Amino acid sequence: MSGYLSGTLAILCINLIFAYAIFVTAAAGQINLGGAGFQAIGAYATAWLASQPDIPMRIIIPAATLITALIGFLISFPVLRTRGVYMVLATFAFGEVVSGFLLRSSIFGGAMGMVVTQHIELWVLIASAAAVTLATFYLMATRLGLAMRSLNDDEEAAAVLGVNVRAVQVAAFTIGGAFAGFSGALYALNFGFVEAQYFNSLLSIYVLLFVLIGGAQTAWGPLAGSLFFTILPELFRIGGSWRYFVFGVLIVLMMVVRPEGIVTRDLVRRLSPFGWRSRRAAGSSHGR
Amino acid sequence: MSATAGLTKPRFVLPGPVIASVAVVALIALAIATGGPVIVRQVVSGLLLGAIYMTVAVAFTLTIGVLNFLNFTIPSLFMLTGMVAWALVSRGYLTFAGTWAWLVALLVGVAVAVAASLLVERFTFRYLRMKHGDATEHAIPLVSSLGFLLVFENLILIPLGSDSQRFTVPFKADVHIGGMVIGVAQLASCVLAVAVVGALSFILKHTKVGRALRTIAENPDTASLLGVNVGRVVPVVFILTGVLSGLAGALFTVNYGDVSPFMGDNVGTKAIAAMVLGGIGSIWGAIVGGLVVGLAETLSIQYFGGDSVSMMVWGLVLVIIILRPKGLFGIASIGKGKM
Repeated sequence: MSGYLSGTLAILCINLIFAYAIFVTAAAGQINLGGAGFQAIGAYATAWLASQPDIPMRIIIPAATLITALIGFLISFPVLRTRGVYMVLATFAFGEVVSGFLLRSSIFGGAMGMVVTQHIELWVLIASAAAVTLATFYLMATRLGLAMRSLNDDEEAAAVLGVNVRAVQVAAFTIGGAFAGFSGALYALNFGFVEAQYFNSLLSIYVLLFVLIGGAQTAWGPLAGSLFFTILPELFRIGGSWRYFVFGVLIVLMMVVRPEGIVTRDLVRRLSPFGWRSRRAAGSSHGR
Repeated sequence: MSATAGLTKPRFVLPGPVIASVAVVALIALAIATGGPVIVRQVVSGLLLGAIYMTVAVAFTLTIGVLNFLNFTIPSLFMLTGMVAWALVSRGYLTFAGTWAWLVALLVGVAVAVAASLLVERFTFRYLRMKHGDATEHAIPLVSSLGFLLVFENLILIPLGSDSQRFTVPFKADVHIGGMVIGVAQLASCVLAVAVVGALSFILKHTKVGRALRTIAENPDTASLLGVNVGRVVPVVFILTGVLSGLAGALFTVNYGDVSPFMGDNVGTKAIAAMVLGGIGSIWGAIVGGLVVGLAETLSIQYFGGDSVSMMVWGLVLVIIILRPKGLFGIASIGKGKM
């Protein structure tokens, strides 16, 4: 496999896991515009642990994931006090505070960043991305996933029907934190270097776009969005900096043509091979 | 929205206007008391920076207050004005030079910002409202505005380059007030910013359009039932957004002589911080917030160094959103709608 292809594949795997992190919260009806902050925590935890003597990778990755999950759990309580625009701003502020802190802290190398001494194989990245994808599909099929979906559709109705709204939201944030931390750990181990400037607000915006363009209704969405966003820039590379322009135009047009994202629940139902019932359901929701 | 909105109710209530005024005055007094005449200049430049943040913050707060829309294109409208004006002057597109050239260029810049803002309206609100009913229910406008941010930044970046462009500041003249030297441009900028925001406040309070806007802010459907032509009034918000962001961009360009395709990002984030501090949806909150953030920025650069600013400002925003989400002057019901 050529270096270019394996590099693109590695980025795709990391982006995919990161996208699922944001998807899990978005599926429960919360928009997290501070994704880069969570990924940065995972990446820096990995870099720090790897700089300590004698910690093998099989401990570093779970540890970094757990640390980020814990921070996701803790931050969910204050953040869940907010709604709508306030939640977007609160998570955005969280991301900025984390990258600002890392930029100034001396034990994490400050603006110089940190070198990660251990390195991960490509097959581990691919296996991890596959595992996270399957785990998310499974999650969305469980009771918790159903509860998350119900919060996205109508929070009050869900509460009336006995869904513990706060517990489900906290769970979504914690799982999202774990995925983001995992993707950060893989990022650090793949690139061998972390710097706070990479985990900026633009990264948070991009990963949220992965999810919202891909479609936040089903677990297929982040997959479609990550493929769309990772492969499209590679195709546009010929056009130089025009590709970001085309990218922006595509986002605007996508929102006009198909605001639910590339993959919607209807599309999944219609393509699904399981029986007439789901097809009729898809047809009825199109009725006027 | 109603039952669970109680979750965000602030735990304690402080008299906002009092705290705000005390905060601004105390910051200035503390600075002057500890620093003496050196600090006075910092305070003046802090107030100028604050006036720019304030103008952008008012643009943000207006779109959120009326349309429940966090408009991420505002930083790029700010940038469009500066870059277009600079390009017109420096690339010789104007047949005459000097002060008048700058004035014309800045006016063209603001016009471009307004046109761009109307383009955003066309693709975020008008079309979506026709297709999906209430566009504000979805995260769609937010995503579209992020797309437009990329479009505008790269549209400027491709022909003009990504470098920061420095140039000699036009309108160079100073006045002496009590031993201090203050640039005329600085003074005029502060006055102009305050005048425009004051005019906006008047429009919202006393004109027909203003009343219509406030009705839409309450509830778009009710406004429509009461005879407000929502489709005609919403573009007004975007025109005002363009004017405010463009004006701020023009003031920044004239006073700092430094433009780049990314000049809006820093100002935009500071303006969001200012808006949150003052309370989302409140114009007076945005004014006070802008001044406080501007002062805090110049003073903390003086005392703690430049790196600390961003983290301190955002830390403050996070704390305010969580403890007192309506900020100093805010209206509790705004911005809680589902994204």
